[in-house]
Amino acid sequence: MLSIKNLQARIEEKEILRGIDLEVKPGEVHAIMGPNGSGKSTLASVLAGREDYEVTGGEVAFQGNDLLEMDADVRAREGVFLAFQYPVEIPGVSTTNFMKTALNQIREHQGEKALDAVSFLKRMKEKMKLVEIDQSLLSRSLNEGFSGGEKKRNEIFQMAMLEPKLAILDETDSGLDIDALRIVANGVNTLKSADNATILVTHYQRLLEYIVPDFVHVLYNGKIVKSGTKELALELEEKGYDWIKEEADATA
Amino acid sequence: MEKIAGQTIVDSLTSQFESFEKSLNGQGKSAVHAIRKSAFETLSNHGFPGPKSEAYKFTNFTKAIEKNLDLDSSSPTFGLDAQLISASEIAGLNAHKIVFLNGIYSEEHSDEVEVQGIKVTSLAKALKADSKSLEGIFNTQANFEKDAFVAMNTAFAQHGVVIEVEANAVIEKPVVLYFIGDCTKSQLTYNIRNLVVAGKFSQFTVIEKFDTIGEHASLTNAVNEFSVAENAHVQYYKIENDSGKAYHISNTHASQAANSNFTANTYALNGAMVRNNLNIKLESEGCEAYMNGLYLLDGKTHVDNHTIVDHMKPNCYSNELYKGIMDGSSKGVFNGKIFVRQDAQQTNAFQSNKNILLSDKATVNTKPQLEIWADDVKCSHGCTTGQLDQEALFYLQSRGIQKDKARAILLTAFASDLLENVSNEAIKIYLGEIIAQRLEK
Ligand SMILES: Nc1ncnc2c1ncn2[C@@H]1O[C@H](COP(=O)(O)OP(=O)(O)O)[C@@H](O)[C@H]1O
Ligand SMILES: [Mg+2]
Repeated sequence: MLSIKNLQARIEEKEILRGIDLEVKPGEVHAIMGPNGSGKSTLASVLAGREDYEVTGGEVAFQGNDLLEMDADVRAREGVFLAFQYPVEIPGVSTTNFMKTALNQIREHQGEKALDAVSFLKRMKEKMKLVEIDQSLLSRSLNEGFSGGEKKRNEIFQMAMLEPKLAILDETDSGLDIDALRIVANGVNTLKSADNATILVTHYQRLLEYIVPDFVHVLYNGKIVKSGTKELALELEEKGYDWIKEEADATA
Repeated sequence: MEKIAGQTIVDSLTSQFESFEKSLNGQGKSAVHAIRKSAFETLSNHGFPGPKSEAYKFTNFTKAIEKNLDLDSSSPTFGLDAQLISASEIAGLNAHKIVFLNGIYSEEHSDEVEVQGIKVTSLAKALKADSKSLEGIFNTQANFEKDAFVAMNTAFAQHGVVIEVEANAVIEKPVVLYFIGDCTKSQLTYNIRNLVVAGKFSQFTVIEKFDTIGEHASLTNAVNEFSVAENAHVQYYKIENDSGKAYHISNTHASQAANSNFTANTYALNGAMVRNNLNIKLESEGCEAYMNGLYLLDGKTHVDNHTIVDHMKPNCYSNELYKGIMDGSSKGVFNGKIFVRQDAQQTNAFQSNKNILLSDKATVNTKPQLEIWADDVKCSHGCTTGQLDQEALFYLQSRGIQKDKARAILLTAFASDLLENVSNEAIKIYLGEIIAQRLEK
């Protein structure tokens, strides 16, 4: 589904990604862990098409097509979704009113008919229930005055509405209390299928108790320096990142 | 004689004023004409605002007229058909309609307003019938010594409306004034003077809409005088979505008596050069004044909103919100003055001006001016100018929304609070559609 080869990217002359390789197949859950500043959000943003980053090398294929050639909105319409680490506030735009535009643009792109008002509402209700989010929150200006947990649940709500093929969750678990974490994890697990894939960017092993990954990768200094299974996450939880850094710095 | 700015304009107006006087016959001795004479004298002595004028610093209207208009042309005949006239109307607006064609009141296209509590008279008719009836209404709010365009208007304006609303009258339907100009064959210049008197506890809405059709340049010089009595509620809308060759200057003066409420909503959507002077005097306690403005500019359009709210007495409230979106090489100017006199304790005055520049060539000059002589007041002002929020744009795009659509969503949201406070549904829909169309290009 997603094939990243030797991906390099920089921002303002600063090299951040220094050759990333990653293969994600349908049905898989990949966790990407790593210390702060290692480039996790950069990777997520580059995949989603943020223009601030300059890709200086490598390639990314998504379902056989060149992802890097596509504009951010085309990527989304092809099925890529990014849950932001820091969702932006947009005064005057409510989740409800832009979700309708988004969903219908995606459907049109995929050759489906626009949803009528009734079907749209039905879908809204269903997904609201899934992430236990209130209508009133969705009618308010996007993220304005939302608590941290509300912002994150809103991201998962949007993901549920859009049903992406590849979901990238950037630290959706940070700052969540255990109830909110359970709700978010339940949302992700419910939406998981044999056809779609998930990349979880996280700091903590905690989320991985609820969403069990098939693979765990450690990103350090712009490179994946170690890959393993969920046991690797436990090891990191226990021993921290220092041994990884030492190993990586020694080979570098 | 000292050298004045706009001498060529004054020269051509001089011969026009002479022939105007000759045409007057009986009216030449009226009190109104005495005022006209002295207004014209002021104008010929002082001329028009020159390049050093502080008030017209960013908007050299005088030069624009000299360059683009040939004021000698006599008023052209109106040749547009009825279809074009009705195309200028706001769909679904249930209102008393008054139509001016090339600045001249059209009895044929206007409604006869026969509603209890309100009297709407054409100014031309009122002048002919008995110009005494205009005493205490005409030239009471606007001061021709302070602004050359007011002087020009005072000297020449023969058309407009006189609206008198009786005490306690609540007028359901707004009065809408459509000004339609035919510039298909030649240039057009006209002066409009509207006099509005709202009685105690009365309530009503007046709407002005300006449309010019055709390739040639036009100059509209409008003056409105509002007198708002105790506890009256008056809403005034001004909609300019004019041709790219239209030069428009307006001076709106309102004075408010105790506990009255006045709202001015100004929408500048197109034109060559637009200058709106809005002056509100809060003359007694307990007044509320709202000034809302939206300017949505493209091409070479230049729009300048100059507002003054004068807090003369205690316990008044004023709230001003102007927002602008500028594309192309358009230019926006905002100058908002809040004046709080020594006597005006417990004043609450708020002002905000926000701008988005969509192109490198678009510019805005914004200047809040606070002059506060009282010590117990709450005043705040703020202005921002920036580009479209790129983070927000990326967020919407990352949800699958095309860039232009995402841009339109953000701009519509930016302008939305100025639509939300439109209480007339038909106007809200009308403006909403124009804005959506313009922003989704
Ligand atoms: N917009 C930016 N401008 C400059 N440096 C940036 C920018 N975004 C990220 N960086 C830098 O890139 C590195 C990686 O950041 P990031 O991808 O956010 O890491 P992580 O998500 O793993 O914490 C950091 O050193 C960070 O300071
Ligand atoms: Mg991060």
